[in-house]
Amino acid sequence: MRVHVPSALRSYTQSSEAQASGTTLAAALEDLDRRYSGIRFRMVDEQDRIRPHIRIFVNGEQVRELSQPLNPSDEVIIVQALSGG
Amino acid sequence: MAGNSKPRAVGKRGVGVRAGRAPRSRASRGVLVMVATRKGAWLYRSDAARKAWRTDGPHFLGHTVHHLMLDPRDGRTLLAAAKTGHLGPTVFRSTDLGRTWKEATRPPAFAKAPEGVAGRAVDHTFWLTPGHTDEPGVWYAGTSPQGLFRSEDGGETWAPFSYINEDPTYRKWMGTVQDGTPDGPKLHSIIVDPRDRTHLYFAMSGGGVHESTDGGRAWTPIVKGLEVVDGFDPAEVTFHDPHCVRLCPSNPDRLYQQNHCGIYRLDRPSDQWVRVGKAMPKRTGDIGFPMVVHPRDADTAWVFPMDGTSVWPRTSPEGMPAVYATTNAGKTWRRLDAGFPEKHAWWTVKRQAMTADAAAPVGLYVGTTSGELWASRDEGQRWACVARHMPEIYAVEAALLA
Repeated sequence: MRVHVPSALRSYTQSSEAQASGTTLAAALEDLDRRYSGIRFRMVDEQDRIRPHIRIFVNGEQVRELSQPLNPSDEVIIVQALSGG
Repeated sequence: MAGNSKPRAVGKRGVGVRAGRAPRSRASRGVLVMVATRKGAWLYRSDAARKAWRTDGPHFLGHTVHHLMLDPRDGRTLLAAAKTGHLGPTVFRSTDLGRTWKEATRPPAFAKAPEGVAGRAVDHTFWLTPGHTDEPGVWYAGTSPQGLFRSEDGGETWAPFSYINEDPTYRKWMGTVQDGTPDGPKLHSIIVDPRDRTHLYFAMSGGGVHESTDGGRAWTPIVKGLEVVDGFDPAEVTFHDPHCVRLCPSNPDRLYQQNHCGIYRLDRPSDQWVRVGKAMPKRTGDIGFPMVVHPRDADTAWVFPMDGTSVWPRTSPEGMPAVYATTNAGKTWRRLDAGFPEKHAWWTVKRQAMTADAAAPVGLYVGTTSGELWASRDEGQRWACVARHMPEIYAVEAALLA
């Protein structure tokens, strides 16, 4: 599936778009981490919680759980949310 | 006194007297000063005289860098503890003095909690300490919330160290995020005894000072003699708030501490801290964040007092910044403010943002909350501004260039 990557994470992907596969958001993020080592921990903490200023949208809907099912045709958008001045 | 702008010698051994006798060849290749800020890191390299400075940076612009530290065992490996407003915490590593950086493949992170238990997550790595000379590649890290971590491969991978991160008693002493400093409770001041790699100390804000004599298998609080905020019970470890603890390299049995409640000295094997800050001028007080010790003289130490009265402004007292030095183990203190603004300067210095080099005379370095880097080439007698207009400075470290 296509993953839109925010500017804060492009030091990993070198691009605003990346490809990942997996049947859940958790699997897709793990696949992304295999391709771009270290990227997952910047978005998801060691207790598998999405970090406070990271938002993830699937086909335009915000998702909050890593167990969210995904299809290969889904579009995943990772957003860096407000985090202060 | 706070209003006295000229240094005044106290006692027989003035700072400059001892420094004047010391050899002057120790900084012959200059000094590397590592500055970690709220929005990136910078390296400053001096000439041999420590007068002219060359700027290298920003590194990691926009990252909050809590600590940037050189490995003294190889003189070229740098570790940087970083995070951003959006992204989780990580550690960057350079093996060529900052020319190139690589991210740790496994940064400090707590163990995954069992199902149904709310586990902790590292918000940021706050403190980095290189391991003992006999253990190349070993580093320790302290985090917020309080956690202790160790790397055995030069900072590439990190694992929880010792039992304290999950120990019920230590977790009680650590308290909650609400019990800590405004940007999170911290484990800091990780110290490795230069004589014995299994003799370790660390401190927690809040949560006291702790010692292990068996390489981290067991830890014991050392809080006797330390005061706590009025109304709290000093017997409770959780109420102790050490801001910065330093061990004297020339006498590893001596430690100094800047605490939330004063300046202290501890001479082992005693476990009783002595409040040497009582000898500070009353108008200035003995509250502050950093503590700096002399590389070769355990009787000499420096502090940077801040205003800890009423609502705790945490500014330079009366807007007049000054370092205070003792050359007699805290019996007396001497104000050193020559070169600093004489008034209307409301910055202060955080716990990692003041340090010394090992040259002779010792160079001192201060990074301010207002983003200025100040240096003294003569053990604090005179100060000069090296850089200004930086982001808020969190940490300053110095090393002699090899």
